Amino acid sequence: MNKLKSREELTALRDVCQKAFAAEKKKILVCGGTGCVAGGSLDIFARLKQLLEDKNIQVDVELADEPHGDAVGMKKSGCHGFCEMGPLVRIEPQGWLYTKVKLDDCEEIIEKTIVGGEMIERLVYKQNGEVFPKQDEIPFYKKQTRVVLESCGHINASSIREYIALGGYSALEKCLFDITSEDILNEVTKSNLRGRGGGGFAAGKKWASCAAQKETPKYIVCNGDEGDPGAFMDRSIMEGDPHRLLEGMMIAGIAVGSSEGYIYVRAEYPLAVERLRTAIAQAEELGILGDNILGTDKSFRIHINRGAGAFVCGEGSALTASIEGKRGMPRVKPPRTVEHGLFEKPTNLNNVETYANVPMIITKGADWFRGIGPENSPGTKAFALTGTIQNTGLIEVPMGTTLREVIFDIGGGMRGGTKFKAVQIGGPSGGCLTEKDLDVPLDFDSLKSVGAMIGSGGLVVMDDKTCMVEVARFFMNFTQNESCGKCVPCREGTKRMLEILERITAGKGQDGDIELLEELADTISNTALCGLGKTAASPVVSTIKNFRSEYEAHIYDKRCPAGACSKLKRFVIDPEKCKGCSKCARNCPVNAISGQVKSPFKIDQDKCIKCGACVSNCAFGAVSEEA
Amino acid sequence: MQLDNFIEIDGIPVKIEGERNLLEVISKSGIKLPVFCYHSDLSIYGACRMCMVEDENGRLMASCSTIPRAGMKIKTNTKRLRKYRKSILELLLASHCRDCTTCQNSGKCKLQELAVQFGITSIRFNNDKTEPIKDTSSPAIIRDSSKCILCGDCVRECNEIQNVGAIDFTFRGSKAVISTAFNKPIAESLCVNCGQCAAACPTGAIIVKDDTSKVLNMIDDPEVFVTCEIAPAVRVGIGQELDREIGENTLGRIISILHRIGIDKVFDTATGADLTVMEEAAEFAERLEKGGTLPLFTSCCPAWVNFIEKKYPEFLPNVSTCRSPMSMFSAVVKEYYKNNLPDGKTKHYHFALMPCTAKKFECKREEFGGVTDDVITTQELIKIIKESGVRFNETQPEAVDMPFGSASGAGVIFGVTGGVTEAVLRKIANDSSRTTLAQIEYTGIRGLEDIKEAYIPYGDRRLHIAVVSGLSNAVKIMEAIKSGEMQFDLVEVMACRGGCIGGAGQPYISHRKRNARGEGLYRADRQSSIKCSQDNYMTDRLYSGLLRGKTHELLHVEYNKK
Repeated sequence: MNKLKSREELTALRDVCQKAFAAEKKKILVCGGTGCVAGGSLDIFARLKQLLEDKNIQVDVELADEPHGDAVGMKKSGCHGFCEMGPLVRIEPQGWLYTKVKLDDCEEIIEKTIVGGEMIERLVYKQNGEVFPKQDEIPFYKKQTRVVLESCGHINASSIREYIALGGYSALEKCLFDITSEDILNEVTKSNLRGRGGGGFAAGKKWASCAAQKETPKYIVCNGDEGDPGAFMDRSIMEGDPHRLLEGMMIAGIAVGSSEGYIYVRAEYPLAVERLRTAIAQAEELGILGDNILGTDKSFRIHINRGAGAFVCGEGSALTASIEGKRGMPRVKPPRTVEHGLFEKPTNLNNVETYANVPMIITKGADWFRGIGPENSPGTKAFALTGTIQNTGLIEVPMGTTLREVIFDIGGGMRGGTKFKAVQIGGPSGGCLTEKDLDVPLDFDSLKSVGAMIGSGGLVVMDDKTCMVEVARFFMNFTQNESCGKCVPCREGTKRMLEILERITAGKGQDGDIELLEELADTISNTALCGLGKTAASPVVSTIKNFRSEYEAHIYDKRCPAGACSKLKRFVIDPEKCKGCSKCARNCPVNAISGQVKSPFKIDQDKCIKCGACVSNCAFGAVSEEA
Repeated sequence: MQLDNFIEIDGIPVKIEGERNLLEVISKSGIKLPVFCYHSDLSIYGACRMCMVEDENGRLMASCSTIPRAGMKIKTNTKRLRKYRKSILELLLASHCRDCTTCQNSGKCKLQELAVQFGITSIRFNNDKTEPIKDTSSPAIIRDSSKCILCGDCVRECNEIQNVGAIDFTFRGSKAVISTAFNKPIAESLCVNCGQCAAACPTGAIIVKDDTSKVLNMIDDPEVFVTCEIAPAVRVGIGQELDREIGENTLGRIISILHRIGIDKVFDTATGADLTVMEEAAEFAERLEKGGTLPLFTSCCPAWVNFIEKKYPEFLPNVSTCRSPMSMFSAVVKEYYKNNLPDGKTKHYHFALMPCTAKKFECKREEFGGVTDDVITTQELIKIIKESGVRFNETQPEAVDMPFGSASGAGVIFGVTGGVTEAVLRKIANDSSRTTLAQIEYTGIRGLEDIKEAYIPYGDRRLHIAVVSGLSNAVKIMEAIKSGEMQFDLVEVMACRGGCIGGAGQPYISHRKRNARGEGLYRADRQSSIKCSQDNYMTDRLYSGLLRGKTHELLHVEYNKK
């Protein structure tokens, strides 16, 4: 492909791509997100393609220059978001979504659906007996407002032509030819776009501050080091619509006066890395990235840096240190990253979702953006919905949507009809929200006021079988392992908090442990060096606040009210039911059960490892877990 | 009234005078905040969180990393702050070997000091660092990570000041440790034994190897004739810990005590330095005249030589073949006593009192054939003195023993950065008139600046000389030489900032206070009757006697390539 040397050439190419895109009537979009790939979607893609070719049907993986009306587009798309139901296959033009597709379904899909135009009811989504063939009508999707994820799942994630066909790079075009960098700054500032990485700092303000720096060169850095357990918003954007991110970064580059960008991606996201590499190569080939972009005097290059999997590298100064090849440890501020960031040069650092919002703000305007969500937190937010909820997956909703809507409307309520207990929001830095907070709007300020944070957008829904002390222990374990070890409160404090939580969940809690946890939490959150440390105690603080009685039950009654802590389980033999057959004793791996044959047996609680082998081996139902 | 460049610290206005952080303003107001990771010589790290202060809105900030702003109202000692400081100390102690009484650093340990200061009497957490985790591979230092509080002072010293990069952090969370690359023994790492990590360490996690018992055992052996030599920097380094002024020349007192504890002969390494001047000046002149490899790098500093071997081997031909004053002088002493042991003595043991940990490494280098049996640092000497019970203040100064009882002022100033160069210039100028000496003094080679440059007339040319201390500064010069950006004829390098007076074997003192020690040496020079090495009759006598035909063997060295 020849490099585009002017705006006109890009417009002409867009024209071609749009025509080709429109001409592609029949399309099979196989989800190529990490979740579905793990479920075998690549094999499904290959099989479907083979079957089409066997039938001598023309298959277009890439947009054809000369569109054939009869060709079937076969696309590996980005994440559709409905990961619970994967592998997903979307059929166009009908807009059907086939769920949990298996290799064996492929033939039928080609025969019936592609050739015959028939819907296969077995494969479409059903909820409460109702059938939802069309993707847009599935409640999971219907209540969402997909803006950033608009193209995720709808285009070939490895095709710059499809991105261009849907208006991609027109924001860049506008920035290069129609408006000044000051206009860009004004528009982003006016939009009140706030950083989606968790902090919620106004992007416009940050950009303007970076633009005002005299020193050069300046760098645009994208934080794709999404490390919260269960969060995968950024991954999905990078995998599903990589050009949107590149475009956002390039616009930031023009705005602040930088011609070099770095994307810091977790090495655990190989697919995202691959798609980004492809996207960068494509953009360079077309002259959209590189020197003299579209014939202008503007240049921009983007490098990919793979992070070695340290959560702390999501912190700005640790991230830039890591790119520089140093140990990823946060440094004290000031100086701020905009002044002394990457290679000690002025640096604008935002996360993936923030940059991905930018192209639309430029094309559709700040007013459009502010029309979505509340005044102080405009726009949408992507959340990764996980836990004991009906529909897990990736969603995007306007800021200000309530938890109730997210969990019960989009998420379809609790899985298996269990009772909602709490939701952990903001990952290991966030807090838990309970029933009473269900109507809190999800935006930066409202969540802060209830002691939680939006974080990068992980939502872990928990039911009444979840032990909140264990939840706190889980996150504390995560934070302790991920602490960089630099400042004393975080390194040593989280270690001791973990120690205490471990002993509480093991039934060895002591009087005063809750108070000691609170004291440590206070010290750590007030004295730690970076955000990771300052928020490390949040899960503990919020679970103590909302579920203090659960802690007390563990400590004083040696009982886990949710029945989740295995070490607090007690198995007992009902002497009335026990026939003295000795089967339980023979199957006990640690010889904790003893007794005389034909008289009731007993379990030595000190020896018991709570494996439950006795329960499953008793033919008389005499062994049970003590409530 | 609001004054525009004042900060209110605990209700008292304090002027901001360009301090780099709030901590320094607070310190100026007479308050010593507790710190572990803050060192005025190092970059700001902000990890220990002990120096947190509170503003009028209850906002907490680490004063080390807060820029002072006019109008701030700071409280340094509130209930909350005391609570957090205690809490941090308790957390540190909980993961720290607490065998204080048997720790070599007991009494000098910052953690111990602050634990006492804040009244930490019980720890509510289980101690998981009860056993030492030692690396004893180095002849100079011992690392014990069970005593490490991860303040990172050693890492910054090694990387920022010395540019050695032998140690850094590894692992995360509470498993974080300071380690060499691939956790190899420190002796197999890039470590050059400068010991500055040990000097910076606030606890006993890195300590200088203690060889005092070796010396004391030798003294007790009736068959052994024990001699020692004292390096210039030791005499001005020891005083501060023995109730004397910082920088006071206490050579006479040291000699007196050494005699009392049973050392047979005490000599002055400055005598060796005079030999070094003679040899190095000759080598320099030869290289200048015969077109040898230039610039000539001085070779007195073993850490510097080791640094070149490990990181810049391409510069080895530039290093002077002269041994260090210690290794020259030890060789001479050993040679002399080969045939001159007093009656009843069958063995000769010669040790050196040095301000330096790298000398411990040097004395064990096989190139020197063990001429110096052991090296004792200033701090170890202090320990010997304290253990002996002799009151330092009450000793009567004594003189250096014969047969090597004479040294020049040029030899004495070896202990401060620029001293070697000045001494060599005095030799090259070959004129000990007051005017010439003053001219040399004012070429710009004195002072504790990291890099000094001077131009010296030499015949019909001008010599370009660099005087450098601190290895990271040496790197700057070497890189400039490599790139062709700068050209020099002579480069003096001392691994430690300020020269040997700032050696890691000395009682710790921050760089800006090292000047007093340098002044002490210059004062000794002024009071010395012999200014130039060539005027020391001792050198003449040695060259015409003991050294005849042996100068190369005893005074030079070729480092085996590693």
